[in-house]
Amino acid sequence: MTATAQAPSQIGEVPTFEVRLKVRRYLPPEPAQPLPYGAPAPQAEAYWEEFTVRVHGTDRVLDALHKVKWEQDGSLTFRRSCAHGVCGSDAMRINGRNRLACKTLLKDLDPTKPITIEPIKGLSVLKDLVVDMEPFFASYREIMPFLVTSGNEPTRERLQSPEQRARYDDTTKCILCACCTSSCPVFWNDGQYFGPAAIVNAHRFIFDSRDSGAAQRLEILNDKEGVWRCRTTFNCTEACPRGIEVTKAIAEVKRAMITRAY
Amino acid sequence: MTTIAEPRSRATRKTSRTNAEMIGWIFMRASGVLLVVLIFGHLITNLITNGGVHAIDFGFVAGKWAAPLWRVWDLLMLWLAMIHGTNGVRTIVNDYAEKTSTRLVLKSILVLAAVVVVVLGTLVIFTFDPCPPGAPADLLPSFCKA
Repeated sequence: MTATAQAPSQIGEVPTFEVRLKVRRYLPPEPAQPLPYGAPAPQAEAYWEEFTVRVHGTDRVLDALHKVKWEQDGSLTFRRSCAHGVCGSDAMRINGRNRLACKTLLKDLDPTKPITIEPIKGLSVLKDLVVDMEPFFASYREIMPFLVTSGNEPTRERLQSPEQRARYDDTTKCILCACCTSSCPVFWNDGQYFGPAAIVNAHRFIFDSRDSGAAQRLEILNDKEGVWRCRTTFNCTEACPRGIEVTKAIAEVKRAMITRAY
Repeated sequence: MTTIAEPRSRATRKTSRTNAEMIGWIFMRASGVLLVVLIFGHLITNLITNGGVHAIDFGFVAGKWAAPLWRVWDLLMLWLAMIHGTNGVRTIVNDYAEKTSTRLVLKSILVLAAVVVVVLGTLVIFTFDPCPPGAPADLLPSFCKA
C-alpha cells in the first residue's frame, strides 16, 4: 500500500494576523456652488479613524488600505496607480515617516500597535490622504526637467561613456513621489523652498554630459529659495523610497555653483 | 466679469537670483573655521596661561591691547563672531517665522542689536584707557597712581 499525504503541507504557509490602522481623515465640505480654481475651500476638521483588518504576512500597507476601502469604508480616499513602487502615487506618512504604502510591508512595522497613516506634510490636503501636488510639480517644472542641447544635432545618437552616465545615475532614479520634499522642515514652513525633489531632478541634467543647460539651471537654483535654504538635516535622504542620496546631490549642486562663481 | 485663474498658474515666486545667499553660505563655513582658532587662542591666553582667570583686570586687558597682534585678534573675533551669529539667527528667523511682518520685526531687532554690539566693541578696542580720569582710585589698577 502506498502512503498518500493526507494532511495539507505546512511548508510555505503565509501567516495571517490582525492590524489596526489609524488613518488621518479629512472630508472637505461641499460648497453650494463650484469654487473657481485656487479659491480657498471652506475648512473642515481632520480626525483620526481606526480600522481593524486581517492581513497576510506578505501584505503591504497599501493592501491593508485596499481591504478597508473595498470591504469596510468605500469613502476612504488615497492615490495609487501602479502599486509596485514605480509610479510614486502613494507617498504617505506611515508611523511618522514618509514612505510609499506599496513598498512598506506590514510585518516590518509593529503590528501590535496601531499603524498611523497620514497625508504627507507641507502640501494642502484635498481629501483624506490626497494632497494638492501642484506646488511640488510647479517647482519641478521651474528647473527645466528636459534635455537642453546646443549646436547641430548629431546624425545618429548623442554618445555618452559609462563613466559619464554613472556621474548622475543616482538622481535618475527619482519617481517624483514627494516623499523627500514633504519631509523637509524648510519646505514645511511656507512652501516657497524649491525642495529636494526639484534639486535632485536639476542634478540629473546638470551633471549629464549631453546637456548644456547647466548654467541656466544653476542660475535658477541660486535663488533665495534655492539650494542655499538646505540645512542638511538629511530628512530627504532618509525618506527617499528609491534610496537616492538626496542631501549629497544637493551638496553637489551647491559645489557646482561655487566653482561656477569662482 | 470674473477672471478665472489659469489651472497651471501658481503663486508667483519672487525670484531673487543674486549671489547673496551663496556668499552667506561660504562666509558661515570660512568664519566658522577661523573662529575655532581665534576663540580657543583667546581662551588659552586669558584663562590658562598668564596667571589664569584671576589675573584678569583692567591692567591685564591694557597690557594685551598694547600689542597690535591682540588688537587685530580681538577685532577679528568680534566682527566674525557677530556677523556669523547674526547670519545664523537670520536663517533661523527665515526658517521659523511664518509671516512677512514677523520676519521683518525680528530681523530689524537682530540687525540693530548686532550693530550696537559691533560699534561699541570696536570703539572699546581702539579707545581703551585703563586709567580713566576722575574714576575712584579703589577701582583702578595699581599702576594708575603714578
